Amino acid sequence: MKLIIINYGAGNIKSIQFAFKRLGVDAILSNNIDEIRTADKVIFPGVGEASTAMKMLQESGLDKVIPTLKQPVLGICLGMQLMCNSSEEGDTKGLGIFNVNVKKFSKVVKVPQMGWNVIYDLKSDLFTGIKEKEFMYLVHSFYAENCEEAIATTDYEIEYASALQKDNFYGVQFHPEKSGVEGSKILENFLNL
Amino acid sequence: MLTKRIIPCLDIKNGRTVKGINFVNLIDAGDPVILAKQYADLGADELVFLDISATLEGRKTMLEMVLKVAEQVNIPFTVGGGISSIEDVDALLKCGADKVSINSSAVKRPDLVNELADKFGSQCVVVAIDAKQINGEWFVHLAGGTIPTKINLFDWAKQVEKRGAGEILFTSMNNDGTKAGFANEALAKLSSELNIPIIASGGAGTVQHFIDTFTVGKSDAALAASVFHFGEIAILELKEALKKKNIPVRI
Repeated sequence: MKLIIINYGAGNIKSIQFAFKRLGVDAILSNNIDEIRTADKVIFPGVGEASTAMKMLQESGLDKVIPTLKQPVLGICLGMQLMCNSSEEGDTKGLGIFNVNVKKFSKVVKVPQMGWNVIYDLKSDLFTGIKEKEFMYLVHSFYAENCEEAIATTDYEIEYASALQKDNFYGVQFHPEKSGVEGSKILENFLNL
Repeated sequence: MLTKRIIPCLDIKNGRTVKGINFVNLIDAGDPVILAKQYADLGADELVFLDISATLEGRKTMLEMVLKVAEQVNIPFTVGGGISSIEDVDALLKCGADKVSINSSAVKRPDLVNELADKFGSQCVVVAIDAKQINGEWFVHLAGGTIPTKINLFDWAKQVEKRGAGEILFTSMNNDGTKAGFANEALAKLSSELNIPIIASGGAGTVQHFIDTFTVGKSDAALAASVFHFGEIAILELKEALKKKNIPVRI
């Protein structure tokens, strides 16, 4: 199993690497396009601000590469948001893999949403063995609107897509690497896709 | 629905937990990694590690500890104590900390909050505030509560929110160590005047105190040390009691 975590400078990827290590898989950090193309599985992480992260992707040419990947790709948090059409954060154009836009939570609720919330309407092999309304750890100020490609939904002010899938591309808004045993199960499911 | 968080806090000196830990059958109650794993298994939602090492050597040991915790613990954790620069934060995050908490250094140089939020994102910047109510007014204190300032708690909290703090950890010095309950009036005021999560700290003694801080105090999370360390309150039982009161928790 060759597992690559795309290392383009956005955020804390150590936790993701450790989470896979607990599953017995040594994930490789890389921004090398050939290496990414030949991986069995690819993780697209991201923490921070959307437009800055997108600039980093463009500088390394990864913005052109990621949408053409054929193996299973899992975007986490900002990684998932960057796979969408656009984000209100920094008025950013996304990679356009998921046909949905990313919006900011209104001031009706506290922003960021920080903590454990449930995911439901689960519709993917990614969630094999995960029960409806399982708790996941989330930290985010922006959300993907509910849409046809949603494979999990979460409610915070409104119902939004907390996970997305299109063909070989998967995205999760929550942090499976920080979501206890159940989060770890989701990462294991991804390895088994 | 987003749940209320229960956060045990561990004091760390030279890589070891201090302030006696005395619950269940721990082989090594001083090992923060063993304790952290145990708390994660017992249902803690997050952990806070507070570094009280006074020496440079102790701080280096802290980084090694953070790395070990990140390797083995699958819930989020915050590291605080003695953090005063971008370099300090960078090193902690690279070792796998999810958030950092800054306190005195933010008061001394408020731009630090902006710099950290810009570089690492608001989600990992917790501003800890120690305050004491004197003649009805809340004043911010520094250096673990030893140095009083003339800064008003609510003004300071609003300022750090504007500067990019993602969360406030408010410790009431009037309540801390009393086991008589959290400072719910001040907490409720913070929660209504700010739009970022507020963690209540100082005063936890009974299950009812947690119920009160989530209802009356409108806190988003509650932090405590000794009641958890000495097994006076079991996290799972606490959460079941909260659930019975219709307070959303992760069980």
